[in-house]
Amino acid sequence: MPRVVIDAEICKGCVLCVEFCPRDALEMSDATNSRGHHPAVLRDDEKCTGCAVCALVCPGVCIEVYR
Amino acid sequence: MAEEKLINRYPDALTDVEMRYCPGCTHGTAHRLVAEVIDELGVRDRTVTIATVGCSVFAYEYFDTDAVQAAHGRGPAVATGIKRVHPDSVVFTYQGDGDLASIGMGEIVHAAARGENFTVIFINNAVFGMTQGQMAPTTLMGQKTTTSPRGRTAEEAGWPIRVCELLDTLEGPAFIAREALSTPQRIRSAKRSIKRAFETQLAGRGFSLVELLSSCWTWWDMEPVEAIYHIENTMTEHFPLRIFRDCLTGQSEEVDSNA
Repeated sequence: MPRVVIDAEICKGCVLCVEFCPRDALEMSDATNSRGHHPAVLRDDEKCTGCAVCALVCPGVCIEVYR
Repeated sequence: MAEEKLINRYPDALTDVEMRYCPGCTHGTAHRLVAEVIDELGVRDRTVTIATVGCSVFAYEYFDTDAVQAAHGRGPAVATGIKRVHPDSVVFTYQGDGDLASIGMGEIVHAAARGENFTVIFINNAVFGMTQGQMAPTTLMGQKTTTSPRGRTAEEAGWPIRVCELLDTLEGPAFIAREALSTPQRIRSAKRSIKRAFETQLAGRGFSLVELLSSCWTWWDMEPVEAIYHIENTMTEHFPLRIFRDCLTGQSEEVDSNA
């Protein structure tokens, strides 16, 4: 099962991965990290194809893609 | 079921230091692309990063390579010295538009004219980011900045400088390209040009420069995602994406983002 792992402590919540995910599988978390940012999370692991577009646009280099 | 694999390894050429850029700033994307290219070419142990002045002043902490911090705008002069003394090294400068196109215009033009064999990564976000968003030489006509609060006008500040077109009039440069860090397709295309620039240097062909249209949503007064579309829809009109010169193929071409 393809999946992404987002480092919630590094993520600054810029929303670029959510914007460009072609399957709309990501969303912003309601939780905050220690800096007060809302990190992105994988909402629907059924939808994720492991295409790695999220990691491609992530300026924080905090997304790992497994497939 | 096959064993799952990590398909995007964290680049060796980036340190574990967390980048202190604004959320969604494309500096992070540019750093990652350059680091991936250094890894792919296997030249990390002989690469020298020339960090310059601007938001990317701490590039020497983020790239896991040798590094020198140059005085404002003097990156190409420092790179010239290092490359001439250590011709086996791989040298690149990482400069913003405030550094390269304003105070450093003399250095970049003469380094290009001499055809010095190093690579320039030129981040163009049309504003001075670190010093609070003043008008830069690349600021678009009508763009509001902290020093042009009613928008840039030709009467007051003249017209924006297109660095790639300017350097393309010289005989020295071997590779000149302008790419954008906006959509996923453009980012892939940008990586191809960055790799081409480093390959040009490794082949000993001379000066290579990649201009990357980047976002500065903080001083553009936009949301990060909105700024990405601003690059794609507005900046690319004023700064056309193009491979101006490629000595390895001898061609110039429009950037094809669908390739």
